[in-house]
Amino acid sequence: MAKLLEVKDLVTNFYTYEGVVKALDEVNLEIEEGKTLGLVGETGCGKSVTALSILRLIQPPGKIEGGKIYFRPDGKSSKKSSYLDLLEQSEAFMRKVRGDEISMIFQEPSSALNPVYSINDQISESFLLHRRRELSESVVREIEEKVDKADSILKKIVYKMKRGTYRKMLVDENSFLLKFLSGIPVVSSYNGWLKKSAKKETIEILKKLGVPHPQKLVDRYPHELSGGMQQRIVIAMALACHPKLLIADEPTSNLDVTIQAQILDLIRKSRKDLGTSVLFITHDLGVVAEMCDRVAVMYAGSVCEISEVKELFKNSLHPYTKALINAIPKPGGKGKLKSIKGTVPNLINPPSGCRFHPRCPNQMKICRQIKPELTRVENNHLVACHLFTGQR
Amino acid sequence: MNMNILVEVRKLKKYYAIQGGVFKKRIGDIKAVDGVNLKIRKGECLGLVGESGCGKTTLGKTILRLLKPTKGHIYFDISEEIKQEVEKLEESTDSNSQKLQELERTHDLSNFEGKRLKKLRRRMQIVFQDPSSSLNPRMLIKDIVGEPLTVHGLAKGLEKRERVINLLQRVGLSEDHLFRYPHEFSGGQRQRIAIARALATNPDFLILDEPTSALDVSVQAQILNLLQELQSDFGLTYLFITHHLLVVEYISHRIAVMYLGRIVELADTKELFENPMHPYTQALLSAIPIPDPEVRSHRTILKGDVPSPIDPPSGCVFHTRCSSAAKECEERMPDLVSFGDEHYVACYRMNHK
Repeated sequence: MAKLLEVKDLVTNFYTYEGVVKALDEVNLEIEEGKTLGLVGETGCGKSVTALSILRLIQPPGKIEGGKIYFRPDGKSSKKSSYLDLLEQSEAFMRKVRGDEISMIFQEPSSALNPVYSINDQISESFLLHRRRELSESVVREIEEKVDKADSILKKIVYKMKRGTYRKMLVDENSFLLKFLSGIPVVSSYNGWLKKSAKKETIEILKKLGVPHPQKLVDRYPHELSGGMQQRIVIAMALACHPKLLIADEPTSNLDVTIQAQILDLIRKSRKDLGTSVLFITHDLGVVAEMCDRVAVMYAGSVCEISEVKELFKNSLHPYTKALINAIPKPGGKGKLKSIKGTVPNLINPPSGCRFHPRCPNQMKICRQIKPELTRVENNHLVACHLFTGQR
Repeated sequence: MNMNILVEVRKLKKYYAIQGGVFKKRIGDIKAVDGVNLKIRKGECLGLVGESGCGKTTLGKTILRLLKPTKGHIYFDISEEIKQEVEKLEESTDSNSQKLQELERTHDLSNFEGKRLKKLRRRMQIVFQDPSSSLNPRMLIKDIVGEPLTVHGLAKGLEKRERVINLLQRVGLSEDHLFRYPHEFSGGQRQRIAIARALATNPDFLILDEPTSALDVSVQAQILNLLQELQSDFGLTYLFITHHLLVVEYISHRIAVMYLGRIVELADTKELFENPMHPYTQALLSAIPIPDPEVRSHRTILKGDVPSPIDPPSGCVFHTRCSSAAKECEERMPDLVSFGDEHYVACYRMNHK
């Protein structure tokens, strides 16, 4: 399988008043086409920062300091279809990528949705931004039908004028004439047809996601919907343009189990239908076991183990992964839970060497001095731990 | 089994009024807790599970009398004879008899006021969900943990200090932490402080309202282990409120499943997980993501959302989402009926079997 995204030695820092928070310390990841990679870890280990860095959405005081993010676009937003380093691209290019090639589902649906816009406004926004050409085409087709059917000459002239504008849009959407027209109050409403056609698409995608009564729903506002329904809207926004990579940042952690099951089912189905790759960020190992093909475990800003799901649960190698799996209550399991002693370190002043060494049961002298690199131990199983790098 | 019952709740109702109009007239009720019967035995941990908005927290708070119940009885460490006498008197025609009022005033927690209530509060405490909002950011740890001792007049001066240190050590903190503020601690440590505060008055009964849902898994395991240790050391009785089913399976002896203000199933933990009878419990259990990729469970996914408690469905509150709802279910709410070995279910489908 071909790689879709490769993150190499990504470093992101946050410059706060208390000091430099070294949020990401050489993160390495790979996502294959059509596969789902789970990203697990505790709060503050840098899962979300990784996602935001991939989209280049890190805001000051944060800064991406180094590394490479290779991504292979579909050719929708650019003619090139080889790997591009997203960190070297212009902001204008990134705006085209976001929501079109890579899109994101955020954790809290109630804050991901804008309370003052209706559902239709929010979903059709991504069509209006990324699918202008397709929308204009369908509008031109629609107008042509109307021209044929129009009964008076006056109406025909009006329609033909409108058709002219949309054809112009098809040729060059940034043309000076269109910009000039959009400044004139009455004439600027030429966008109305586009919006109408975007609304149609919106209803279509909601229908595809199995949302009940999409026609009524699109005119509602976010506060009128339940948490599960809001999350579905956010998913619809993310999937609107059929992205190649979907980043799901804890999409179900604020939902109840029964609603969580519905949402996970929805993501699973649309992943299959669209062939989208997913970066699934979560702290719930149960969800990981169900949703992912491969898992990357993060601790304090770096990836400490990557492997296939089954391999990870059966034969985890890194001490942190082992401890994490032992710390969760399992169905039917009695007996004492094994907790990890201590707490997650402060990333302003992280431990030297391996960042896990103060809490590690098998720490050695070398762990305090040298940071272990992510090494391939077995086929498709990578670990960053001196226990394994030394031996092989 | 004939165990001592520490807390009993009978036909408890808690409605929140919805006010509207110019004169703030009562235009409706949110039926948060709607006729709950529950017995909590001495020394056990009863898990209370349900989705958000089903009234778990309201039930917990009402038992502590942090909220005044709309109707029903709450008994704390009261003998069975008195409970039965109250019931008998209530059923008799003269329901406003002096004796009944007297009994309710002296034994029913839902009618307690003032000194009598404060005296009982010493024996029951609560640990809240989010430790960062349940600890006063302007108070030192020694004052936070020592406050219950002062309020109830249990200790003063040096003695108080000693007891605070003892409590902190008991929950895994030390003397060094006395003069710090809550913001200097991590989430897990804050929850430890909240537990120490709850233990300060030496209570018999502790309500744990989602004590681990704001914590990470590794810290969650620490807190759960601590709670289990404390329970066996002090002989505490827990009401463990949570929405996390695997946590509740780990810590509870018995589990009550709540849906829209009512208890739909109550059973031994093992029995409930092995043999869930109510369709809601079945759906709930099948929805748990199991941390083992080998077991990809076949699941029943419930359709739709939880209905609004302002206008709950008629009859069985679950019938709108139930796959095997019959006509009967739309008409009357089934009672909690025992199906052998302390397994209670409120479902008509079970009655017919």
